[in-house]
Amino acid sequence: MGKQRIDEALKTCIQKGEKVFIPYIMAGDGGLDKLKQHLKFFEKAGAAAVELGIPFSDPVADGPVIQKAGKRALDAGVTLKSIIDKLIEIREEVKIPIILMTYLNPVFAYGVDRFAQDCLKAGVDGCIIPDMPFEEEAIVSGPFKQSEIALVRLVTLTSPEARLRKIASEAEGFLYAVTIKGTTGARDHFGEETGRFLQKVKSLSEVPVLAGFGISTPEHVKEAGRYCDGAVVGSKVVQCLHTEDYEEITRLIEAAKGKVMA
Amino acid sequence: MSTYIQPDQNGHFGPYGGRFVPETLMTAVIELENAYEEAIKDAGFQKELKHYLTHYIGRENPLYYAENLTKYAGGAKVYLKREDLNHTGAHKINNTIGQGLLTVRMGKRKVVAETGAGQHGVATATVCALLNLECIIFMGKEDIARQKLNVFRMELLGAKVVSVDQGSGTLKDAVNEALRYWVANVGDTHYIMGSVLGPHPFPKIVRNFQSVIGNETKRQFASIEGGLPDAIVACVGGGSNAMGMFYPFIEDKDVSLIGVEAAGSGIDTAKHAATLTKGKQGILHGSLMYVLQDDDGQIQEAHSISAGLDYPGVGPEHSLLKDTSRVQYTSVTDQEAMDAFILLSRTEGIIPALESSHAVAHAVKLAKEMKHEENLVICLSGRGDKDVETIQKRMGGHSNGETAD
Repeated sequence: MGKQRIDEALKTCIQKGEKVFIPYIMAGDGGLDKLKQHLKFFEKAGAAAVELGIPFSDPVADGPVIQKAGKRALDAGVTLKSIIDKLIEIREEVKIPIILMTYLNPVFAYGVDRFAQDCLKAGVDGCIIPDMPFEEEAIVSGPFKQSEIALVRLVTLTSPEARLRKIASEAEGFLYAVTIKGTTGARDHFGEETGRFLQKVKSLSEVPVLAGFGISTPEHVKEAGRYCDGAVVGSKVVQCLHTEDYEEITRLIEAAKGKVMA
Repeated sequence: MSTYIQPDQNGHFGPYGGRFVPETLMTAVIELENAYEEAIKDAGFQKELKHYLTHYIGRENPLYYAENLTKYAGGAKVYLKREDLNHTGAHKINNTIGQGLLTVRMGKRKVVAETGAGQHGVATATVCALLNLECIIFMGKEDIARQKLNVFRMELLGAKVVSVDQGSGTLKDAVNEALRYWVANVGDTHYIMGSVLGPHPFPKIVRNFQSVIGNETKRQFASIEGGLPDAIVACVGGGSNAMGMFYPFIEDKDVSLIGVEAAGSGIDTAKHAATLTKGKQGILHGSLMYVLQDDDGQIQEAHSISAGLDYPGVGPEHSLLKDTSRVQYTSVTDQEAMDAFILLSRTEGIIPALESSHAVAHAVKLAKEMKHEENLVICLSGRGDKDVETIQKRMGGHSNGETAD
């Protein structure tokens, strides 16, 4: 459980010669009752883990698609507490590793200690906190260690090499390489700078490196796979779930499985 | 002897402050910190800043003995620190000129900022025009509708004003959108934060640029009355005018410092902006501070007649000063602020900003309880021309010759 479950899932995937695919879904978008169905879908479709977004009133790292999904969830009355309760209820039926992506304030309001303990009960294996850089981790690190929650860190195109090294040396689960200067969402193409950046991060990291932010097509997924261990797809998946376009999601996952890769 | 040294080198004011921003911005905030620390040691930078403060903004501005208001209150002698007389009509420009010069020093050509009522936006657009910087201002859709004249002013000064309709379309959403823009354009763009908010080093930089208010007050008061004032009152939204006024007096323990928040319709209603009185610790827009939020950590809307106080957070240093009790924080309702707005207009012929009217309202109550030989200073952070329409509407809104509805 915890960190270990993420490590094993990624390792299994990489050993098969496949690339890792992790979808991001907004918890409670479309109602919390759909959560189990969505998790099962991704488990069956071959995702290595699921990143579960916690809705927040002020999501500064997110673009329009995820902002709107978060607002739909908040308007439906979804809270961090109700999400954790739902996970406790369904966790035994879902095997796939679960990583929460949450801004810090909902966790802080919940109480970091209680949050870490409840994550253990709910089978939450990792957390990504996009507004908590390396320097401020002390606010969660004790309780997270205790509950063996992997703190998945982000590295970005603007992080200088010394900083990349420092973050990479502490990495848990995987390194989340942010491939655009900007918020989550779509982009046109994958720049050369992005490829070089991913290669650099890969060379510094002992854990898998996954590309994220702005990965929205099967081509992007394949492109990311040339430089690192796989991709996280957020806005596109959120949009597809909202419009119930499961075929497009399947195509994204297939792209990571290497079946059409050169 | 210096004992109050805040923040620490990581930008923490006790448990508050810090740098809670996306990783993409970390390099920029560290670069800003280094640029600032170098700049303040550079005599050339200080000389340039002094030049603009004096000849462009018009400092120093008076510490004015408000004799009529003193008589009205019937207690302590009341002084007004006249930030309303600055170029652009408020204290905001003390900070934007400093950060504008830093932008140039860092070799950046573009500036992004957020604005609520438009005062910080106007002060930013002004400095960008002066220093030939490209300027983009994010403003909530609701605020744009309420403050058309300030929008036009910013455009006249050459700024691009972008309407934000995400969330509630007010100040906090404009900050979110300005931060998102900064994340995407961080290479060539500086974010001019308008208050003692945001990630380190902003709360420190803004406080230090605004400290010109308190430093002048201290010097002026000593030459007029000798010694130190007994009490100083300032309004607190994000808290920049208050922090700039209080900071030079923090170690003068005999000076009572009082921050006045906006109680809106009343602190026991859902419509107020009294963050220190009713909020709890939280993380918003890069900093740990008192925040208005629900039990699940979702940020709540603030409400005040004064757009400049209408923000659900309050600077991390104020959060610490509340906990240590070095500053007393209280609040004043919309109605009390309006009454004070009219009172100062009629007694002294000075129309104060609605923000500053909160300080005036509390100061009058306080002066009454003080002795004749005591002295009280109000930080009059801005002038009220921008608020005249709001007041007219709230007063039942008609001019001579018109009939009321």
